[in-house]
Amino acid sequence: MHNEHSDTHFQSRIDNGEHIEAKDYMPEGYRKHLIRQISQHAHSEVIGMQPEGNWITRAPSLRAKQILLAKIQDEGGHGLYLYSAAETLGVSRAELIENLQSGKAKYSSIFNYPALNWADIGAIGWLVDGAAIVNQVSLQRTSYGPYSRAMVRICKEESFHQRQGYEIMTKMMRGTKDQQAMAQDAMNRWWWPSLMMFGPHDTDSPHSSDAVKWKIKRETNDELRQKFIDKTIPQAELIGLTIPDNNFSLDEKTGHYKISPINWDEFYRVIAGHGPCNKQRVDHHIKFHEEGAWVREAAVAYKQKHVKKELETA
Amino acid sequence: MTTKDATYTYTLRLGDDALILGHRLSELCSRGPILEEDLALTNVALDMIGRAQALLKYAADIEGKGKTDDDIAYRRAEINYCNHLLIEQPNGDFAHTIARQLFVSVFEFLFYTELEKSRDETLAAIASKTIKEIKYHMQHAIDWTLRLGDGTSESHKRMQTAVNDLWMYTGELFEMDEVDAQLMRDGIAVDLIPIKAQWHNDIKTVLNKATLLMPEDTYMQTGSKKGIHTENLGHILSEMQYLQRAYPDATW
Repeated sequence: MHNEHSDTHFQSRIDNGEHIEAKDYMPEGYRKHLIRQISQHAHSEVIGMQPEGNWITRAPSLRAKQILLAKIQDEGGHGLYLYSAAETLGVSRAELIENLQSGKAKYSSIFNYPALNWADIGAIGWLVDGAAIVNQVSLQRTSYGPYSRAMVRICKEESFHQRQGYEIMTKMMRGTKDQQAMAQDAMNRWWWPSLMMFGPHDTDSPHSSDAVKWKIKRETNDELRQKFIDKTIPQAELIGLTIPDNNFSLDEKTGHYKISPINWDEFYRVIAGHGPCNKQRVDHHIKFHEEGAWVREAAVAYKQKHVKKELETA
Repeated sequence: MTTKDATYTYTLRLGDDALILGHRLSELCSRGPILEEDLALTNVALDMIGRAQALLKYAADIEGKGKTDDDIAYRRAEINYCNHLLIEQPNGDFAHTIARQLFVSVFEFLFYTELEKSRDETLAAIASKTIKEIKYHMQHAIDWTLRLGDGTSESHKRMQTAVNDLWMYTGELFEMDEVDAQLMRDGIAVDLIPIKAQWHNDIKTVLNKATLLMPEDTYMQTGSKKGIHTENLGHILSEMQYLQRAYPDATW
């Protein structure tokens, strides 16, 4: 007879393609891996609001401002579902936020780069959200039910984000020389970091093997990165953007693009906290979290008072 | 003044309120006291900008010089903006943001409910779309006024300060000039006299419930109908108009 609380039984459910739900047995390693991954994902959504928020007040048209506001609102909403998905694993949002602010938890390193001109808003949507979608589409089939369902919902919105980003880039490439220069500048700065978003090569990735066995991760870093490269290079060429890589080429046999080596020193440097905006992003989060403390306290105090009143009158 | 000219100015005034308040609220993105509130304020900002777009487009149509909503939103000088002074006041702490939202949304609820009956069909249609959104803005502002007023001693103090600080800008909401007079004769504009009384009542009820004091009416600031603003508007515009001004030939 199978013991429902055994790792063997758990692995056989995974191998059968079943979803694991919050109350089901799961090995501690699985739970830990998920908390780490889902919270990192949630934090990325929330920290990602900052570089885009940097341009809201300077958005150049009413339509652009509405689209950007709606997009950032979506990101915040994704952060909320993901925090809830993480909470199903027995961790509180307060703990998750504390870990973000102490640096114990990570967020996608891409948001440690600055958004310097309006085309960066295009590049973030097209490249950063574009890279995120490739990963998230794959995660729709992840083994943990609440995470998988959050991904299904998130993917629908992310594809709109990517389209709006590409639309900004297209408009700018069809625009004045200044606009074209801004678009190319944004491309130059965001291309390599967006490729790094998929993480180290499979041979160097510390978390991959268990994650693949547990079907948390359905495809490897390199497979996902290649999909993104193959999809994105033709899009760039279509609107006249130059790929900032002197040596990329299309392998006619495989149909895949080959690119120059990625600068992993930069990747590890930014992850270690030395990117252009690491300190700024976390400081911003802490500042507004602390400034909001009295508001959260007021909401709690009000609720307590009024629950008490209701009990007294009941 | 023709009805057309008066309607243009009237529409522009409403459009500028929505435009500038939408801008102010959009500044709060990623700065909310809690993630849920970040989303709520962004939502209000989005509604405001959507309303601004509808109104400024209508103003451009009335003017008939081939301008777009964006030309009107982004290419005017400070003196030509006619939003109320209250609207352009800084977000301050969360209590100031909420006090401004409370004063504005209660006013807008009363105002747009009447504007739905306007004989100008476009304004009436915009009003009936926007009133659904305003109900939510007003509920949000009232809920927070109660929580902050009747929360902790610190939140009470901050909320009372915010109400007091912004009070001097509330009188202007009810000012009427020749544009209003002309359009009231045409059945287009809303009479603000009954609205003023109702607004005072409603605000008093909310403040009382929130254990806050209604400020005494002292001198009320004025000027926006003539393009005389507080120093805040120039800074809003220099940020908002940056790309449109720096690259006048570009389309975005």
